[in-house]
Amino acid sequence: MELMMSLAVGVLFAIGVYLILSKTLLRIILGTSLLTHGVHLLLLTMAGLKTGAAPILDGQTEAYVDPLPQALILTSIVISFGVTAFFFVLAYRAYKTLGTDDIDSIEGDEQ
Amino acid sequence: MFVLHATIMVPFILAFLIPLTKRFTRIHTGWSVLPFPAALFVYFLTKIPAIQAGEYILSTVSWIPSLGINISLVLDGLSLLFVLLITGMGALVVLYSIYYLNKRTEALHQFYIYLMMFMGAMLGVVLSDNLMVLYGFWELTSISSFLLIAFWHRREKSRYGALKSMLITVFGGLAMFAGFNLLYVMTGTFSIREIIGQVDMLTTQQLFIPAMLLILLGAFTKSAQFPFHIWLPDAMEAPTPVSAYLHSATMVKAGLYLVARLSPVFAGQAEWFWLVSLTGLITLIYGSFKAIKQTDLKAMLAYSTISQLGMIMCLLGLGSAAAFFPGTEDSLFYTMATTAAIFHLINHAIFKGSLFMVVGIVDHETNTRDLRKLGGLMSLMPVTFSIALIGTFSMAGLPPFNGFLSKEMFFTSVLNIREFDVLNTQSWMMMFAVVAWIASVFTFVYSMILVMKTFTGKLQLDKLDKKPHEAPLGLLISPVILASLAVIFGLFPNLLSYSLIEPAMASIHSGLLTPGDTFDVSIHFWHGWTSEIFMTLGVVGVGTLLFRGYKRFRLLDREWGGRVSLNRVYDGGLRLMERGSNQLTNLYMTGSNRNYLIYIFGFFIIALGSTMLGAEGITLGMNQYAPVSFYEVVVIIVMLLAAFVIPFAKSRVVSILFTGAVGYMVTLLFVIFRAPDLALTQMIVETVSVTLFLLCFKYLPKLKKQVTTRRVKLTNLIISIGVGVTMTLIALASLGSSPFEPISEFFIENSHDLAGGNNVVNVILVDFRGFDTLFEIMVLSIASLAIYGLIQLRLDPMEMESKL
Repeated sequence: MELMMSLAVGVLFAIGVYLILSKTLLRIILGTSLLTHGVHLLLLTMAGLKTGAAPILDGQTEAYVDPLPQALILTSIVISFGVTAFFFVLAYRAYKTLGTDDIDSIEGDEQ
Repeated sequence: MFVLHATIMVPFILAFLIPLTKRFTRIHTGWSVLPFPAALFVYFLTKIPAIQAGEYILSTVSWIPSLGINISLVLDGLSLLFVLLITGMGALVVLYSIYYLNKRTEALHQFYIYLMMFMGAMLGVVLSDNLMVLYGFWELTSISSFLLIAFWHRREKSRYGALKSMLITVFGGLAMFAGFNLLYVMTGTFSIREIIGQVDMLTTQQLFIPAMLLILLGAFTKSAQFPFHIWLPDAMEAPTPVSAYLHSATMVKAGLYLVARLSPVFAGQAEWFWLVSLTGLITLIYGSFKAIKQTDLKAMLAYSTISQLGMIMCLLGLGSAAAFFPGTEDSLFYTMATTAAIFHLINHAIFKGSLFMVVGIVDHETNTRDLRKLGGLMSLMPVTFSIALIGTFSMAGLPPFNGFLSKEMFFTSVLNIREFDVLNTQSWMMMFAVVAWIASVFTFVYSMILVMKTFTGKLQLDKLDKKPHEAPLGLLISPVILASLAVIFGLFPNLLSYSLIEPAMASIHSGLLTPGDTFDVSIHFWHGWTSEIFMTLGVVGVGTLLFRGYKRFRLLDREWGGRVSLNRVYDGGLRLMERGSNQLTNLYMTGSNRNYLIYIFGFFIIALGSTMLGAEGITLGMNQYAPVSFYEVVVIIVMLLAAFVIPFAKSRVVSILFTGAVGYMVTLLFVIFRAPDLALTQMIVETVSVTLFLLCFKYLPKLKKQVTTRRVKLTNLIISIGVGVTMTLIALASLGSSPFEPISEFFIENSHDLAGGNNVVNVILVDFRGFDTLFEIMVLSIASLAIYGLIQLRLDPMEMESKL
């Protein structure tokens, strides 16, 4: 299973990077979203996908899945949400002010 | 005890106090400065008997003891010679500048602040025993020299000259700094005296030769040796008192001081002998040749200084031959060259100082320094003419002036070196004598041009701005003193030899003396019909012929000199470096976001990929994988299909929705892999994100079809696939090589008992690792505030500019 997950993470990264390298602001933001998903799945995978119960104690179950990566991922989800939302509004404002969403035409002045 | 420290501090304190004299506008600032160098000079004079008796004064103030850097100062024979030069010339130059600089039109305070800064720094250089302190003062002389050259900073040429001298001397200074550090690495001390004590151990070290080369680089750049001499002629844009003080008598001799000071360390090495003496010899002949074709008086003096510095450097090199014969009669035979070097060092400061002052007077009285406009000033300015005559005759090496004696000793030294057979190159040694003789002829010629073209011949009143007349008494005092010194030391050279030269010799050749012994230097005005006399006669004869006919050679000189201009190399090199670095920066700093991302990702792939390939022991851990199940495979495939659609989506809705789809598939994976809290959060966040995207949807631009070339697409594809592959490999490798068990057992076992919660993930978030959560909340609040600010704050660009 880990092999498949690792491949999936790789594909998510590849598509995310491909989108980030494009010219349109919206595509770049969507690319960062895909990268985020890739990272979260990677965190989950690297902790091992051995089967066990969800980490909610009930006094009977022997094996639980690792709770620590889940806590880390939860933190990360919230942070990346905040950052993505900010990016998105930033892109929206940039488009309103500059009238373009082409990243290449938003260059600084040549001095 | 700390009087030596006080002597260095006096000029610096004075520099701080000079602005206070601003109130007294009636009196020239120079008058309040003058007593201090004079007092220092007198103080150092009183030290002569003690130093002559073989004592030395050592005093230390601790500065950074943990690094072995203490301000330890030593006054021995060599230092004494230099401090007397610095303070004596300093007093004379201050006196001269009082009459030279106009108190109404010049920024006098600045001038004297810089000058005192320089004087203090220079005293520090020659008194320091600690290499780091020496370096500090050394750079301070570079800086104050920079400030003084650009004193008239509204002139472009001044700024050019200042920058050039700064770049070259600081370059050499840094090399020297590196050399000092190498010495420290080998000996473990910064103290010159202690390093000299460890010489036997030093010479076998590998770093010895690099240290020597780097230190010599510093000495050669400071003392304007070939090919680093190019800054000196451009430094002539400085006011004449500065040229007289810094660029003839003191600062340019700092390199000579360094060579002399470190001679006990390096002498006895063939590399040292050849480098020092040959560089000096080349500088000598080159400078004297170039001096002939100058038409500007100060430029002529600058090249003359270069040439004379080369001669002293050459003599110091020849003198180092003595170290090959420790304890024998032969060593004393070769130390003659060192005696000549020290003697000429004093003589040069005297006559060159007076000549610069003479040129300053001529400039002051005629408003020009151009030889083509000058002539026939002899009858108008008789005193100035006399001084110039003494100075130039001394420079040319004619009796009865001091330059004659040192030139004779120079000839003796180059003749003696023929006997030097240690390096098996005796036949080459003849070259020293020949080149020295030719250079002396050139020296004679430019000395004659200097005095004859200025003071004899026809007066060209129509070319001059004003009618010249004799300079005021004040301007004449300093050069008259110097000129009389030139005569006195010419007639009674032994005044110097016992008091100053012998102790200085003892410092330079400290290894050659048995304790309690002193060098017996006696310089005779007349030494019989020796070959040196005939060489001098030859110089005068050929020199006179050349001087008569040099106009015929002049055309030849011009072309020849134009082709091998080192200035062109310097300017071109500087321009090339500027343009090159500009082009290099423009090459990669394109301003395009995509390019930078490609660098970052490319570096990521190369660095991580090569590490993975290169590192051993990375296993993929196939045996630990959990079994594959049907649902997971389906969810993953759906997720990847959704992800694949996004780059190809033509419309913004499609791309947003499919991103959302990927998010929901991730939620499903969280469900499958038993992470209920994650699934909940991911679902909500994905929903909110997609809602946000869709809310703003109608304000967003339409996705235009990207017009990109195939090459750009291909690059993007390669980079992104590279990143994907690297990430996959990293994930697999980390799975295969986890060195220890996770710590999660602790959380599962103690969640209930310690924290009173059954949901372990939540307990970790708010109890075990609550700090993460605190700052994650902070991130969210900052993001929301920033979004609010972005939307609400609409500052007019014009308004913003006015607020800034």
